[in-house]
Amino acid sequence: MLPCTGRIDESLLLKAFENGADGVMVIGCLEGDCHYVNGNIRARARVERVYTILEQINIGPERIRMYNLSAGEGAKFAAFTNEFVDQVQELGPSPINLVRGNGLKKSEQEVQAT
Amino acid sequence: MITGTPKPIEEILEMLEPYNNIVVAGCFGCVTVCRVGGDKEVQVLSSTLRLAREAAGKKIEIREVCLERQCDPEYLEPMRPYIEDYQAVLSIACGAGIQFMAEKFGKTPLLPGINTGFLGVTERQGEWTERCQGCGDCVLHLTGGICPVTRCAKSIFHGPCGGSVEGTCEVDKEVKCGWQMIIDRLVSLDQMENYGKLKPYKGWDASRDGGPRRIIREDMV
Repeated sequence: MLPCTGRIDESLLLKAFENGADGVMVIGCLEGDCHYVNGNIRARARVERVYTILEQINIGPERIRMYNLSAGEGAKFAAFTNEFVDQVQELGPSPINLVRGNGLKKSEQEVQAT
Repeated sequence: MITGTPKPIEEILEMLEPYNNIVVAGCFGCVTVCRVGGDKEVQVLSSTLRLAREAAGKKIEIREVCLERQCDPEYLEPMRPYIEDYQAVLSIACGAGIQFMAEKFGKTPLLPGINTGFLGVTERQGEWTERCQGCGDCVLHLTGGICPVTRCAKSIFHGPCGGSVEGTCEVDKEVKCGWQMIIDRLVSLDQMENYGKLKPYKGWDASRDGGPRRIIREDMV
């Protein structure tokens, strides 16, 4: 877990896929509500760059997504997480996990939330 | 600084097709500043290549390095002990750095990971524009600090030409006429007398017309 999405950069997100994640969910504070002014805005730009990279290398851009939530929105967090997990399960294992021979059941457990 | 842009990933993957064990080498110089070839870009490119190659069923091993500069011999030397353990080096330094590394390590193929651009400045994050073509005979003191060689599409020394319309260049309406900029600047500096001091032609003997150039500073060698 990172204290601020402003610390996230493209290489960390790609590393998650290298380490076997089928999907990566990035959750930052609400826009305009960043303790460090624009950490979450920077994170969004970086997530969008990774989105483009994943599209270029056929991993699938829909395997990464950024959400903005406040610390008080527990129910929304759960709803977003379920929504993303459903989306990734529908996509199935990433091409990396398919090559590595990792099955769907394992990949279901490996959906990572940041 | 020397600017550049990343090569398309498909082009890099095609270059790397014969190899499965490479070095990706960045540079902490200009290409770090313009966010195309620094340590961070080495990490992102390496991850991207590993993912793409593994997904295609052809894994690649990558050693990630970032040198202080690829255009100075002392910073290349630390690579010598291990470079022949790898089949190729994908360098994301400028063309000068890549070529210098190729010269120093004759047995290892060098591949370019970026397209080198121009000598330019940062307008804002993510936008760079050209300022200097290294013509070897600077006249900025006579032109209000605006380079006619670079800023004029024709590099003429007696502009503006007939293609200058309302301050823009005929090659592209987004491009300002370099000579209109020079004259406006000389007027604001009250230095229009400099306009008459310019040579009617420019000698290009200090530029690239004689082939690749060399500087020898006798006081330093």
